[in-house]
Amino acid sequence: MKILVCISKTPDTTAKIAFADGGKKFEEAGVQWIINPYDEWYSLVRAIELKEKDPTTIIHLVTVGGADAEPIIRKALALGGDEAIRINTDSSDSFYIAAQIAAVAATEKYDIIFTGKETIDYNGASIGGMVAALVDAPYISLATSFLFEGSTATITREIEGGEEVVTVNSPVVVSCQKGVAEQRIPNMRGIMAARTKPLKVLEPAAAEHLTSIESFELPAPKAGVKLVSPDNVEELVRLLHDEAKAI
Amino acid sequence: MVLVYIDHQDNQIKKSTLEAVTYGVALAKQLGTEAHALLLGSVNDDLAALGAYELKNVYQINDAALAHFDAQVFVKTIAAAATKVGATTLLFSHNQTGKAVCAGVSALLKAGLVTGAIELPKTDAGFVVKKTVFSGKAFANVSIQTAIKIISLSPNSFHTTSGAAATASITPLDIPVSAGHVKITAVNKTSGEISLTEADIVVSGGRGLKGPENWGILLDLAKELGAATACSRPVGDAHWRPHHEHVGQTGVQVAPNLYIAIGISGAIQHLAGVNRSKTIVVINKDPEAPFFKAADYGIVGDAFEVLPKLTDAIKKMKASA
Repeated sequence: MKILVCISKTPDTTAKIAFADGGKKFEEAGVQWIINPYDEWYSLVRAIELKEKDPTTIIHLVTVGGADAEPIIRKALALGGDEAIRINTDSSDSFYIAAQIAAVAATEKYDIIFTGKETIDYNGASIGGMVAALVDAPYISLATSFLFEGSTATITREIEGGEEVVTVNSPVVVSCQKGVAEQRIPNMRGIMAARTKPLKVLEPAAAEHLTSIESFELPAPKAGVKLVSPDNVEELVRLLHDEAKAI
Repeated sequence: MVLVYIDHQDNQIKKSTLEAVTYGVALAKQLGTEAHALLLGSVNDDLAALGAYELKNVYQINDAALAHFDAQVFVKTIAAAATKVGATTLLFSHNQTGKAVCAGVSALLKAGLVTGAIELPKTDAGFVVKKTVFSGKAFANVSIQTAIKIISLSPNSFHTTSGAAATASITPLDIPVSAGHVKITAVNKTSGEISLTEADIVVSGGRGLKGPENWGILLDLAKELGAATACSRPVGDAHWRPHHEHVGQTGVQVAPNLYIAIGISGAIQHLAGVNRSKTIVVINKDPEAPFFKAADYGIVGDAFEVLPKLTDAIKKMKASA
């Protein structure tokens, strides 16, 4: 079995979000970069677990990004995976990124392609669905569990107000979220092994950019909190009813 | 033409779809075109009544293969339908179904996509859509450069308006539907629960409640308010509450009218998931809790004393209204 895990580089969840160039650019100074949590905690770890069960499994990692994405992909390799592919280009357009991943998938023929449910920077939640459409494979979004037996995947996915269980034969593209696996910490052996694992750098395939980010904005700051005494909750109810018109 | 995808579950049109319809009608007016909708399968609701939202027409593809959701099949069918009717803008709700299909449709049509839009696009020069990024910590204005545009609308971002004295026409659409590969073997619904992303009011608890056995006072308040319940990440991680209630950067992002946070300190990751709420109330024992800085109203006090009193006060207000 062959698995492709899509890895994205994102700012740490505690990073201060600020913009430079009059809101045109994300301010990268002082920002710690991490593997997008959904890619790492759920899809990558689940792929590693599948390989632990069936050691003949081959795991490829793919990231679309410049040389500054290499520490992130090495960190992912330290958790597990056999080799990594970095596509040497950068874009905020989901379609362009998905087209790069689909080009890799078209030559390598993966049984399973895992993505996180979204990245925590652009929150597009789009790459999995686009890759699936481009390679014409079934797409299961928002998975909360993933089992694989023979060539059949049994997947639990989030639906509104609950979950449904589906079965589908590979190849399949799956976007993963909480529940699919438990977070792991790379160990020393993994970190050492990652240094010698192959990391291929490919030049991008020809693809269009369909969108571009014009500018960023921060939310307007709150006017300040109105404090109400704990002995006068009636006042809070009045404010919520008369002033905020929230109840 | 603006084409709005009608999402439905249990044969009923979802609230988030009505928001998308309202948004689609407003956008069509802005662009000087018509708003139509696309329904795959069938619903029990009266489709003609969507005319009250000033929706012109509903295209309906009723094929047995569409009775069960399969993203691959739906994507191909929606893309073919959009091409056939000549849609220039497609609208989805950014909910579970929208997330499953809008990206695929975008790839097939090579139509630029913005997911999680929060307001109408600026179309005076170009086509620029505002969406949340950094999990609610910021917004981005994204320009779509293709002839066909696709937007998925963040739930609770656009209020529905209806009341027009009009009916929508219903036009059956003949699109060949391919067979799917996905079999649904079980559906587990949490019955009676209010959908977190669509809820008007959300009552959320954190570690300050000290244990799952203490959730009763929070549930009482939520019940009195008709609110959905949520929790902070530590509470979800400790399994005090189900994972799907976790609100924050790596959980669910919500934008209700009213968010009441109880015993949640307000870590930056939690605030990211809730800061589009219209009104935020924080109840916390610690006056230094960072959440107070993001709140509109606050009570510095013990949740175990404040909550029952608050529930009573709301009951009284409702009784006197």
